[in-house]
Amino acid sequence: MRRWLLVLLLIPCLVSAEEAKPLAENPQAEARLKTLALELRCLVCQNQTLADSTAPLAEDLRREVREMIAKNMSDQEIRDFLVQRYGDFVLYRPPLKATTTFLWLGPFLLLVVGGGTLALALRRRAKTVPAPALSAEDHQAVAQMLSEGTKRS
Amino acid sequence: MKRFLLPLAIFVVVVGFLGIGLTLNPREVPSPLVGKPAPDFSLPQLHEPQQMLSLQDLRGKVWLLNFWASWCGGCKEEHPVLMQLAKNGEVPIYGMDYKDRRDEGIAWLQRWGNPYSVIAVDESGRVGINYGVYGVPETYVIDKAGVIRYKQIGPLDESILDKKIMPLVRELQQQ
Repeated sequence: MRRWLLVLLLIPCLVSAEEAKPLAENPQAEARLKTLALELRCLVCQNQTLADSTAPLAEDLRREVREMIAKNMSDQEIRDFLVQRYGDFVLYRPPLKATTTFLWLGPFLLLVVGGGTLALALRRRAKTVPAPALSAEDHQAVAQMLSEGTKRS
Repeated sequence: MKRFLLPLAIFVVVVGFLGIGLTLNPREVPSPLVGKPAPDFSLPQLHEPQQMLSLQDLRGKVWLLNFWASWCGGCKEEHPVLMQLAKNGEVPIYGMDYKDRRDEGIAWLQRWGNPYSVIAVDESGRVGINYGVYGVPETYVIDKAGVIRYKQIGPLDESILDKKIMPLVRELQQQ
Protein backbone atom coordinates (compact mmCIF):
# COMPACT_ATOMS: atom_id res chain seq x y z
CA MET A 1 0.00 0.00 0.00
CA ARG A 2 2.69 2.43 1.03
CA ARG A 3 4.69 1.66 -2.10
CA TRP A 4 1.74 2.49 -4.30
CA LEU A 5 1.30 5.77 -2.50
CA LEU A 6 4.91 6.60 -3.25
CA VAL A 7 4.37 5.82 -6.92
CA LEU A 8 1.28 8.01 -6.91
CA LEU A 9 3.29 10.84 -5.41
CA LEU A 10 5.81 10.59 -8.22
CA ILE A 11 3.24 11.05 -10.96
CA PRO A 12 3.16 14.89 -10.76
CA CYS A 13 6.92 14.94 -11.24
CA LEU A 14 6.55 12.97 -14.46
CA VAL A 15 3.89 15.34 -15.70
CA SER A 16 5.89 18.45 -15.01
CA ALA A 17 8.94 16.96 -16.68
CA GLU A 18 6.82 16.38 -19.73
CA GLU A 19 5.65 19.99 -19.83
CA ALA A 20 9.12 21.47 -19.59
CA LYS A 21 10.30 19.47 -22.56
CA PRO A 22 9.90 21.89 -25.49
CA LEU A 23 12.40 24.37 -24.06
CA ALA A 24 15.03 21.82 -23.21
CA GLU A 25 14.22 19.58 -26.13
CA ASN A 26 17.31 20.53 -28.01
CA PRO A 27 19.68 22.50 -25.78
CA GLN A 28 22.20 22.71 -28.60
CA ALA A 29 19.73 24.41 -30.92
CA GLU A 30 18.64 26.76 -28.16
CA ALA A 31 22.27 27.70 -27.46
CA ARG A 32 22.79 28.39 -31.15
CA LEU A 33 19.64 30.48 -31.26
CA LYS A 34 20.88 32.49 -28.33
CA THR A 35 24.33 33.23 -29.76
CA LEU A 36 22.74 34.19 -33.09
CA ALA A 37 20.02 36.30 -31.51
CA LEU A 38 22.55 38.26 -29.45
CA GLU A 39 24.03 39.56 -32.72
CA LEU A 40 20.70 40.53 -34.24
CA ARG A 41 18.71 43.67 -33.65
CA CYS A 42 15.04 43.70 -32.83
CA LEU A 43 13.34 46.15 -35.19
CA VAL A 44 10.58 47.06 -32.79
CA CYS A 45 12.71 47.93 -29.76
CA GLN A 46 15.68 49.05 -31.77
CA ASN A 47 18.27 49.03 -29.03
CA GLN A 48 17.49 45.52 -27.89
CA THR A 49 18.80 42.32 -29.36
CA LEU A 50 16.53 39.69 -30.73
CA ALA A 51 17.45 37.61 -27.69
CA ASP A 52 16.37 40.23 -25.15
CA SER A 53 13.27 41.64 -26.78
CA THR A 54 9.80 40.51 -25.79
CA ALA A 55 8.14 42.26 -28.74
CA PRO A 56 5.79 39.95 -30.66
CA LEU A 57 7.87 40.39 -33.81
CA ALA A 58 10.99 39.31 -31.93
CA GLU A 59 9.16 36.21 -30.76
CA ASP A 60 8.12 35.46 -34.33
CA LEU A 61 11.64 35.98 -35.60
CA ARG A 62 13.04 33.70 -32.92
CA ARG A 63 10.53 31.11 -34.07
CA GLU A 64 11.73 31.53 -37.66
CA VAL A 65 15.37 31.23 -36.58
CA ARG A 66 14.55 28.16 -34.52
CA GLU A 67 12.97 26.56 -37.56
CA MET A 68 15.92 27.43 -39.75
CA ILE A 69 18.25 25.87 -37.17
CA ALA A 70 16.07 22.76 -37.24
CA LYS A 71 16.48 22.75 -41.04
CA ASN A 72 20.24 22.73 -40.50
CA MET A 73 20.88 26.08 -42.15
CA SER A 74 24.20 27.74 -41.45
CA ASP A 75 24.52 30.91 -39.35
CA GLN A 76 25.35 32.84 -42.51
CA GLU A 77 22.24 31.59 -44.28
CA ILE A 78 20.09 32.58 -41.31
CA ARG A 79 21.63 36.04 -41.16
CA ASP A 80 21.14 36.42 -44.93
CA PHE A 81 17.48 35.49 -44.54
CA LEU A 82 16.99 38.37 -42.12
CA VAL A 83 19.16 40.85 -44.05
CA GLN A 84 17.17 40.18 -47.23
CA ARG A 85 14.01 41.24 -45.40
CA TYR A 86 15.12 43.90 -42.97
CA GLY A 87 18.43 45.13 -44.37
CA ASP A 88 21.83 45.42 -42.71
CA PHE A 89 20.11 47.21 -39.86
CA VAL A 90 19.33 43.84 -38.20
CA LEU A 91 23.03 43.14 -37.83
CA TYR A 92 24.82 44.59 -34.84
CA ARG A 93 28.07 44.22 -36.80
CA PRO A 94 27.49 46.06 -40.07
CA PRO A 95 29.35 44.58 -43.05
CA LEU A 96 32.17 46.52 -44.69
CA LYS A 97 30.89 47.88 -47.99
CA ALA A 98 30.76 51.12 -49.98
CA THR A 99 28.11 52.76 -47.81
CA THR A 100 29.76 51.77 -44.54
CA THR A 101 33.39 52.62 -45.34
CA PHE A 102 33.21 55.85 -43.37
CA LEU A 103 31.71 53.99 -40.41
CA TRP A 104 34.53 51.46 -40.40
CA LEU A 105 37.42 53.72 -41.35
CA GLY A 106 36.20 56.90 -39.64
CA PRO A 107 37.67 56.10 -36.21
CA PHE A 108 41.09 55.36 -37.71
CA LEU A 109 40.87 58.52 -39.76
CA LEU A 110 40.12 60.51 -36.61
CA LEU A 111 43.01 58.81 -34.83
CA VAL A 112 45.41 59.77 -37.63
CA VAL A 113 44.10 63.36 -37.71
CA GLY A 114 44.27 63.65 -33.92
CA GLY A 115 47.72 62.09 -33.73
CA GLY A 116 48.98 64.31 -36.56
CA THR A 117 47.64 67.42 -34.87
CA LEU A 118 49.25 66.44 -31.60
CA ALA A 119 52.63 65.76 -33.24
CA LEU A 120 52.46 69.08 -35.08
CA ALA A 121 51.52 71.01 -31.98
CA LEU A 122 54.32 69.41 -29.96
CA ARG A 123 56.88 70.18 -32.62
CA ARG A 124 55.71 73.78 -32.90
CA ARG A 125 55.90 74.22 -29.15
CA ALA A 126 59.40 72.80 -29.02
CA LYS A 127 60.36 75.57 -31.45
CA THR A 128 58.65 78.42 -29.64
CA VAL A 129 59.84 77.59 -26.12
CA PRO A 130 63.56 78.50 -26.12
CA ALA A 131 65.98 76.37 -24.21
CA PRO A 132 66.93 78.37 -21.06
CA ALA A 133 70.31 79.93 -21.38
CA LEU A 134 72.67 78.89 -18.57
CA SER A 135 75.82 80.75 -17.66
CA ALA A 136 79.05 79.16 -16.41
CA GLU A 137 78.16 80.20 -12.83
CA ASP A 138 74.81 78.47 -13.06
CA HIS A 139 76.51 75.24 -14.10
CA GLN A 140 78.91 75.52 -11.24
CA ALA A 141 76.10 76.18 -8.75
CA VAL A 142 74.17 73.15 -9.96
CA ALA A 143 77.24 70.92 -9.80
CA GLN A 144 77.89 72.12 -6.27
CA MET A 145 74.31 71.50 -5.17
CA LEU A 146 74.34 68.00 -6.64
CA SER A 147 77.60 67.06 -5.00
CA GLU A 148 76.30 68.36 -1.68
CA GLY A 149 73.19 66.27 -2.15
CA THR A 150 75.20 63.07 -2.64
CA LYS A 151 77.23 63.81 0.47
CA ARG A 152 74.15 64.32 2.56
CA SER A 153 72.52 61.10 1.54
CA MET B 1 41.13 85.38 -31.85
CA LYS B 2 42.50 83.23 -34.66
CA ARG B 3 43.18 80.26 -32.37
CA PHE B 4 39.42 79.88 -31.74
CA LEU B 5 38.58 79.58 -35.42
CA LEU B 6 39.44 75.91 -35.81
CA PRO B 7 37.59 74.66 -32.69
CA LEU B 8 34.62 76.78 -33.72
CA ALA B 9 34.65 75.27 -37.21
CA ILE B 10 34.76 71.74 -35.74
CA PHE B 11 31.93 72.63 -33.38
CA VAL B 12 29.79 73.93 -36.25
CA VAL B 13 30.39 70.75 -38.29
CA VAL B 14 29.50 68.50 -35.33
CA VAL B 15 26.36 70.51 -34.60
CA GLY B 16 25.47 70.24 -38.28
CA PHE B 17 25.77 66.45 -38.22
CA LEU B 18 23.83 66.13 -34.97
CA GLY B 19 21.17 68.50 -36.29
CA ILE B 20 20.65 66.36 -39.39
CA GLY B 21 20.59 63.27 -37.14
CA LEU B 22 17.82 64.78 -35.04
CA THR B 23 15.57 65.32 -38.03
CA LEU B 24 15.88 61.71 -39.21
CA ASN B 25 13.37 59.18 -37.96
CA PRO B 26 15.22 56.14 -36.62
CA ARG B 27 12.05 54.08 -36.91
CA GLU B 28 12.17 54.34 -40.69
CA VAL B 29 14.56 51.62 -41.71
CA PRO B 30 14.96 51.63 -45.49
CA SER B 31 13.68 48.37 -46.91
CA PRO B 32 16.01 46.26 -49.02
CA LEU B 33 12.92 44.92 -50.79
CA VAL B 34 12.16 48.10 -52.75
CA GLY B 35 12.95 47.34 -56.38
CA LYS B 36 12.73 43.60 -55.80
CA PRO B 37 9.90 41.19 -56.66
CA ALA B 38 7.22 41.08 -53.98
CA PRO B 39 7.49 37.89 -51.90
CA ASP B 40 4.98 35.27 -52.91
CA PHE B 41 2.04 34.45 -50.69
CA SER B 42 -1.21 32.57 -50.75
CA LEU B 43 -3.43 33.16 -47.77
CA PRO B 44 -7.09 32.67 -46.84
CA GLN B 45 -9.32 35.68 -47.22
CA LEU B 46 -10.79 37.47 -44.24
CA HIS B 47 -14.44 37.38 -45.19
CA GLU B 48 -14.36 34.07 -47.07
CA PRO B 49 -11.79 31.84 -45.36
CA GLN B 50 -12.28 29.06 -47.93
CA GLN B 51 -11.02 31.32 -50.68
CA MET B 52 -7.40 32.26 -51.08
CA LEU B 53 -5.70 35.46 -52.14
CA SER B 54 -2.32 35.05 -53.75
CA LEU B 55 0.25 37.28 -55.36
CA GLN B 56 -0.43 35.65 -58.74
CA ASP B 57 -4.02 36.94 -58.67
CA LEU B 58 -2.74 40.49 -58.79
CA ARG B 59 -0.41 40.30 -61.77
CA GLY B 60 -0.89 42.95 -64.38
CA LYS B 61 -2.13 45.76 -62.21
CA VAL B 62 -0.68 48.40 -59.97
CA TRP B 63 -1.94 47.92 -56.43
CA LEU B 64 -1.34 48.84 -52.83
CA LEU B 65 -0.74 46.24 -50.16
CA ASN B 66 -1.62 47.56 -46.73
CA PHE B 67 -0.67 45.62 -43.61
CA TRP B 68 -3.10 46.45 -40.80
CA ALA B 69 -4.67 44.95 -37.70
CA SER B 70 -7.60 45.68 -35.45
CA TRP B 71 -5.21 46.05 -32.50
CA CYS B 72 -3.12 48.67 -34.26
CA GLY B 73 -3.53 52.32 -33.29
CA GLY B 74 -1.80 53.80 -36.32
CA CYS B 75 -4.20 51.89 -38.58
CA LYS B 76 -7.13 53.79 -37.11
CA GLU B 77 -5.22 56.99 -37.76
CA GLU B 78 -4.62 56.29 -41.45
CA HIS B 79 -8.00 54.68 -42.02
CA PRO B 80 -9.87 57.80 -43.26
CA VAL B 81 -7.08 58.36 -45.81
CA LEU B 82 -7.54 54.83 -47.14
CA MET B 83 -11.32 55.26 -47.23
CA GLN B 84 -10.93 58.41 -49.29
CA LEU B 85 -8.47 56.69 -51.62
CA ALA B 86 -10.80 53.72 -52.08
CA LYS B 87 -13.65 56.10 -52.87
CA ASN B 88 -11.91 57.76 -55.78
CA GLY B 89 -10.93 54.30 -57.01
CA GLU B 90 -7.70 55.24 -58.71
CA VAL B 91 -5.77 52.30 -57.31
CA PRO B 92 -7.02 49.12 -55.62
CA ILE B 93 -5.99 48.56 -52.01
CA TYR B 94 -5.48 45.02 -50.81
CA GLY B 95 -5.43 44.46 -47.08
CA MET B 96 -3.31 42.09 -45.05
CA ASP B 97 -4.81 41.50 -41.64
CA TYR B 98 -1.60 41.01 -39.71
CA LYS B 99 -1.48 38.79 -36.62
CA ASP B 100 -5.07 39.50 -35.80
CA ARG B 101 -8.13 37.58 -34.78
CA ARG B 102 -10.48 37.05 -37.67
CA ASP B 103 -13.63 38.08 -35.78
CA GLU B 104 -11.96 41.21 -34.44
CA GLY B 105 -10.68 42.16 -37.87
CA ILE B 106 -14.17 41.80 -39.36
CA ALA B 107 -15.74 43.78 -36.50
CA TRP B 108 -13.17 46.56 -36.92
CA LEU B 109 -13.98 46.92 -40.62
CA GLN B 110 -17.71 46.89 -39.90
CA ARG B 111 -17.26 49.69 -37.45
CA TRP B 112 -14.93 51.95 -39.42
CA GLY B 113 -15.62 50.92 -43.02
CA ASN B 114 -13.79 48.70 -45.50
CA PRO B 115 -11.47 50.37 -48.01
CA TYR B 116 -10.03 47.08 -49.28
CA SER B 117 -10.78 45.19 -52.48
CA VAL B 118 -9.87 41.92 -50.80
CA ILE B 119 -8.28 41.18 -47.45
CA ALA B 120 -6.05 38.23 -46.69
CA VAL B 121 -5.25 37.03 -43.18
CA ASP B 122 -1.66 36.60 -42.08
CA GLU B 123 -2.31 34.96 -38.78
CA SER B 124 1.20 33.71 -38.03
CA GLY B 125 2.90 36.87 -39.30
CA ARG B 126 5.05 34.86 -41.70
CA VAL B 127 4.10 36.81 -44.80
CA GLY B 128 4.75 39.93 -42.78
CA ILE B 129 8.28 38.72 -42.07
CA ASN B 130 8.81 37.96 -45.77
CA TYR B 131 7.78 41.52 -46.56
CA GLY B 132 10.03 42.91 -43.83
CA VAL B 133 7.10 44.28 -41.82
CA TYR B 134 8.10 45.40 -38.35
CA GLY B 135 5.32 47.73 -37.34
CA VAL B 136 1.85 48.01 -38.78
CA PRO B 137 0.56 49.92 -40.62
CA GLU B 138 2.90 49.47 -43.56
CA THR B 139 1.96 50.02 -47.17
CA TYR B 140 3.63 48.76 -50.33
CA VAL B 141 3.19 49.97 -53.89
CA ILE B 142 3.48 46.98 -56.22
CA ASP B 143 3.67 47.33 -59.99
CA LYS B 144 2.22 45.30 -62.83
CA ALA B 145 5.15 42.89 -62.88
CA GLY B 146 4.84 42.27 -59.14
CA VAL B 147 7.83 44.40 -58.13
CA ILE B 148 7.75 46.45 -54.93
CA ARG B 149 8.25 50.08 -55.88
CA TYR B 150 7.72 51.89 -52.60
CA LYS B 151 7.28 51.11 -48.95
CA GLN B 152 5.57 53.37 -46.46
CA ILE B 153 6.35 52.66 -42.83
CA GLY B 154 3.73 53.95 -40.44
CA PRO B 155 0.41 55.63 -41.16
CA LEU B 156 -0.27 57.11 -44.57
CA ASP B 157 -1.38 60.71 -44.71
CA GLU B 158 -2.65 62.95 -47.45
CA SER B 159 0.66 64.64 -48.13
CA ILE B 160 2.53 61.34 -48.59
CA LEU B 161 -0.26 60.13 -50.81
CA ASP B 162 -0.28 63.30 -52.95
CA LYS B 163 3.46 63.80 -53.12
CA LYS B 164 4.83 60.29 -53.36
CA ILE B 165 2.38 57.46 -53.75
CA MET B 166 -0.14 58.75 -56.28
CA PRO B 167 2.43 60.22 -58.72
CA LEU B 168 4.27 56.90 -58.55
CA VAL B 169 1.07 54.90 -59.08
CA ARG B 170 0.11 57.00 -62.12
CA GLU B 171 3.57 56.61 -63.58
CA LEU B 172 3.49 52.84 -63.07
CA GLN B 173 0.00 52.58 -64.55
CA GLN B 174 1.30 54.25 -67.74
CA GLN B 175 3.91 51.54 -68.23
